[in-house]
Amino acid sequence: MTTVAPPTVRVKKGSTTSSGGRSGAVAWMVLPALFMFIAFGIIPLLGVLFLSFTQWNGIGEIRPAGFDSWRAVLSDPGLPHALWVTFLIMALSWLVQTPLSILIGVFLAAHKRYRGLLAVLYFIPLLLSSAAIAITYKFLLDPNFGLGPGLGSDLLTQDWLGNGTLALGVVIFVVSWQFIPFHSLIYQGGVRQIPLSMYEAAEIDGAGRVRKFFSITLPQLKYTIITSSTLMVVGSLTFFDLIFVLTAGGPGDATRVLALDMYQTGFRANLMGPASAIAVILVLVGLVLALLLRRLGGGSSGDSQLEGA
Amino acid sequence: MERRTISRRNLLSLGIGAGAAAALAACGSDGPSGGGEANTGGGSGGGASYWFLTGQPGEGIRSNTVKRWNDAHADKKIAQTTFQNDAYKTKIKTALGAGQAPTIIWGWGGGGLKSWVEAGQVEDLTSWFSENAAVKDRLFPSSFGAATVDGKIYAMPAETVAPIVLFYNKDAFAKIGAQPPQSWGEIMALVPRFNAEKIAPFSLGGQSLWTNMMWLEFLYDRIGGSEVFQAVFDGQKDAWNNPASIQALTEMQKLIKANGFNKGFASVTADSNADQALLYTGRAAMMLHGTWTYGGMKADGGDFVSGGKLGWMNFPPVEGGKGDPSNTVGNPGQYLAISAKATAAEKDVAKAFFKEAVLSDAENKEWIESGSVPIVKGTESAIGASKDAEFLKFVYETASKAKVFQQSWDQALSPTAAEALLDNIGKLFQLDITPQQFAQNMNQVIGK
Repeated sequence: MTTVAPPTVRVKKGSTTSSGGRSGAVAWMVLPALFMFIAFGIIPLLGVLFLSFTQWNGIGEIRPAGFDSWRAVLSDPGLPHALWVTFLIMALSWLVQTPLSILIGVFLAAHKRYRGLLAVLYFIPLLLSSAAIAITYKFLLDPNFGLGPGLGSDLLTQDWLGNGTLALGVVIFVVSWQFIPFHSLIYQGGVRQIPLSMYEAAEIDGAGRVRKFFSITLPQLKYTIITSSTLMVVGSLTFFDLIFVLTAGGPGDATRVLALDMYQTGFRANLMGPASAIAVILVLVGLVLALLLRRLGGGSSGDSQLEGA
Repeated sequence: MERRTISRRNLLSLGIGAGAAAALAACGSDGPSGGGEANTGGGSGGGASYWFLTGQPGEGIRSNTVKRWNDAHADKKIAQTTFQNDAYKTKIKTALGAGQAPTIIWGWGGGGLKSWVEAGQVEDLTSWFSENAAVKDRLFPSSFGAATVDGKIYAMPAETVAPIVLFYNKDAFAKIGAQPPQSWGEIMALVPRFNAEKIAPFSLGGQSLWTNMMWLEFLYDRIGGSEVFQAVFDGQKDAWNNPASIQALTEMQKLIKANGFNKGFASVTADSNADQALLYTGRAAMMLHGTWTYGGMKADGGDFVSGGKLGWMNFPPVEGGKGDPSNTVGNPGQYLAISAKATAAEKDVAKAFFKEAVLSDAENKEWIESGSVPIVKGTESAIGASKDAEFLKFVYETASKAKVFQQSWDQALSPTAAEALLDNIGKLFQLDITPQQFAQNMNQVIGK
């Protein structure tokens, strides 16, 4: 999981000077994490890189094959298509999730009793496994025995998973439904860090609710938005279980994302070489995106957000 | 991807199990696991290990066979571990690759078995079968084709024969006053008549893709004869370009465009048995499916089967086609292979198990009771005495009288070619690609 430094608004005035001196003494604390990262992150990655230059069916012997796998993958029209579908799901699910998560997060940040109850309800999807969610939706969306025919509603009786465009929409909807609670939680935390004095000052200046939201809450949430977006964007590259169970990449290849393409190539078609090449591409895309997002907000991460507070 | 050899009863619980297991398998882990009893590592205490599929009634019958063996051979116990269908295929591949396969490997034969053979992972049983001719002679000869690679036998055929047949709902035909189709032309003529009555002409669980493939298997055979696919199987260059192949694909798309299938068929999976439900609820008139669905329709369809509303027939001929109308496609059996990595003692236990316990009289009786035909000769009288005698006789005759019993394509071909096949079938049925593009895409994986 990519980590982006959380906003530093929590730091109390006067305590900022000590942080630099303490880092030397606690450096050893990164060792366990570093060990795990090397053992389960770097080493498998090198293994995959090695496999991408070989020919292997998963059970036989591994034969070196030079650039054959790469040539096969890069010349396959399925690759740009899978990249495009991955990008579409990434962009659209971000567009759906971010505004809704911010609104729900802001709503839940206020301390009111009934909101606590609502918060519990909102977080339920977060507790369910992707496979269970996918199977449930699959039954609900069944064109013959699902929710639509059950309620006698023509609007709900669509070929949800059998029409390419609709299936893509369903995937984005289910992904959003599943992950909005998580991101709302992040935003809720972010909103609660905003000093009340800023709102009080704005009220004195005569700002209304909407104006306060756009002039104080949103700018103050800048780093929270970057954190949450990084998680969404990088996370969406690895969507597999949900799509695998819900549509299996279908209909045709309408929802065949890169991760699914990798699995089908490796474990269904027994082509571990090309599958490893796809995996390497997946890692590169993820790295580039994470770096880009970090660049977006990272440059000024040392600046105070509390100017004027 | 693979034929279901079992009838599925509980729609919801099965669906959840299936998906969860598939997702778990996708995450990948090492070594044996699952809901088996006793140890799963294999080999301890002079016994052997055996992995097979979950899902009733097959799971119960397989377990009973193991139990009978274990009761009779306390010193050579077989430890069983069970897996859900789709998860199993990935699981067994990983286990073979890691050298952790069970002694006895349950499988579908054909291209999958061939890939195990080429990797040197399974035992050659040719000499064992010639020493134990009685074991071989009591089984359907047609069942050995998918167990044979380069003239050598690598697996013991087991369990049941499951041809694909055309099921129909007699009430639906009575409603429009028509007779079951005797030719492809009659099928096409029936389509608008059923649609006018708001009955789907054919039920299809199209998201599963292998369900769509059964249609192509029959159209290829009826139009061009069994040689057309044989040429693909033999690795002939551009074999999919055969005019009969293009014609079959064109006819297929004609039926799809004429709304021959239930609306939204690409949203329906066969795992959920929704395709069977469409037929027995009368919302679809016909269904091309494996004989294993009979048990499911009997269990879930109320009085649909017991009330005599279910009809069945072999796929009808296509006008002007070259194929023999007695030909059929499907599963000629299931297959038990022995891991080459097992110890000599484990292999001996496995072979003795094949000889004494697999397809024993007690097991055969259970298969027949479940509505299936075991691949053993001379069960006519047992079949005749069963409650489903009429259907079982039809299955027995379809399987035994077929000039050619073509194994399902996705199992006959190598996993690489099978994956490409299913992928392109999905696109063909979505009308995303033309017959020519389909042939072109498939020609690229011939022999791979």
